[in-house]
Amino acid sequence: MTRFVMVADLRRCVGCQTCTAACKHANATVPGVQWRRVLDMEVGQYPDVQRLFVPTGCQHCQAPACVEVCPSTATRKRPDGVVVIDYDICIGCDYCALSCPYDARYKVDEPTWAFGDQPTAPEAARFDKSKLGVTQKCTFCVDRIDSGLARGLTPGVDPEATPACVNACISGAMTFGDLDDPDSAVSRLLRENRHFRMNEDAGTGPSFFYLWDKEAGP
Amino acid sequence: MTAPPRLTLGHRPRLQPFWDVRAACNFIGGGTGTGLIMVAAGAALVGGPWWPAALVGFACVAFGLGMVFLEIGRPWRAINVFFHPQTSWMTRESVLAMPLFGLGAAALGAGLVLGADSGVAIAALVLAALIAAGFLYCQANILRAVRGVPAWREPALRPAMLATGLAEGAGLFLVVGALASPTPPAWSLWLALLAVAARGAAWSRYHRTLHRAGAPEASLRVLDRMAPWVLGLGHGLPAVLLAMALALPPTMGSAAPSVMAGVAGLLIAAAGWTAKLLLMTRAAATRGFTVPHTPVRGRGTSRPSPAPPGWGL
Repeated sequence: MTRFVMVADLRRCVGCQTCTAACKHANATVPGVQWRRVLDMEVGQYPDVQRLFVPTGCQHCQAPACVEVCPSTATRKRPDGVVVIDYDICIGCDYCALSCPYDARYKVDEPTWAFGDQPTAPEAARFDKSKLGVTQKCTFCVDRIDSGLARGLTPGVDPEATPACVNACISGAMTFGDLDDPDSAVSRLLRENRHFRMNEDAGTGPSFFYLWDKEAGP
Repeated sequence: MTAPPRLTLGHRPRLQPFWDVRAACNFIGGGTGTGLIMVAAGAALVGGPWWPAALVGFACVAFGLGMVFLEIGRPWRAINVFFHPQTSWMTRESVLAMPLFGLGAAALGAGLVLGADSGVAIAALVLAALIAAGFLYCQANILRAVRGVPAWREPALRPAMLATGLAEGAGLFLVVGALASPTPPAWSLWLALLAVAARGAAWSRYHRTLHRAGAPEASLRVLDRMAPWVLGLGHGLPAVLLAMALALPPTMGSAAPSVMAGVAGLLIAAAGWTAKLLLMTRAAATRGFTVPHTPVRGRGTSRPSPAPPGWGL
């Protein structure tokens, strides 16, 4: 079996938002929609302050709350663990967006453009009206995964088969791959480092792991 | 003196931006309508007038579903809502709406043609009331299934929503009755009294449990501010009016009991509508994000997070 997961190393992330920009470029999301975003957190008080950056988005949960509540079956989980939305079936009821414990879903009812009332040439070229009035979210760049697999590439290893945010990350903080493959980079990172998942008490089994320290040696 | 360090790791909850007053109207119309259909069926079984109340009940449910139609992004695909009865409470609610309106049309039509005391009409109405109970149960579970909004996820909300629907129905039955007759039947006053007591108890329990279990402060603030008003004006005052209406000696030509019952009924229903509206549009804070540890970097230390930011515990 295959289970695609994302690993973000919080020790490495510098909050540059390159992943956010790469996601917007790859998926042509409109202003206000960020399938990949980086939370900026600050903790403590001067002079003892720590700042951290936490990449987030759809967590492609093992037991996705969005799939459970979706009345139209537009949201479904693929056998490889990627949660996708069929824009031709979704009715835009937002039930999934409310059920998501990670605020990962968006709905856009009207076309919106970056500069005023008219689209720029790239926006007009990539405008997808099937995304209007329906819910949308990160897909782990499923089109790249599928086309890569069809060409015999390995997601998480070959850039052409890997999510755009991972390819773009300047510090190597983000890693994508198959958790069921013990030799994959994600499996190795999770073995060698201490990690957590956000909002785990929601009980959805997110596939987004955060590294925060190296594993204590034997 | 230095202030203690703030250990708030994460992002605070925010108000959900997805469901607005139109979605709240589904729960208002659905709860009131199904409650009213159930009370009307009870009235039919004891030989009381039921037709106008049942008509208003079905109209309320239709109003609620109509508002959902206006809320969704792709209304002309609404038929797709029936695709997922295995796990989606929204699908289950929609599936039940079909026989509910079918039986409603049968009951109202038979009542109009054959008379309100016809067996066919009453049987159809009783069956519709059973479906209405299921519809109300689905609505309560729609909120319960939402993992992104802790105030809705609290299990104690389910009985509160069920009791609210019944109380709204009992209250509106008194309003409809007050318009039709100067003397409300005693059973309807007792039923409303019982329903308002049950709703008060269920909401108080929900409020207490939410505080105990922990929830976003934004949700708790709205509920804390709402509680005395809804409990006082929507429960205490109607209970007094109902008790007075029950205690008044029947006087020929006096409309006082009916007026008191009607006002009490309106207050009971309005309190339920207000509570649902606030719960859906103002108290619906998301979970926010909680990070249990800061990463270990240069200094080689990590801070644990003691509590989710923006949560009242």
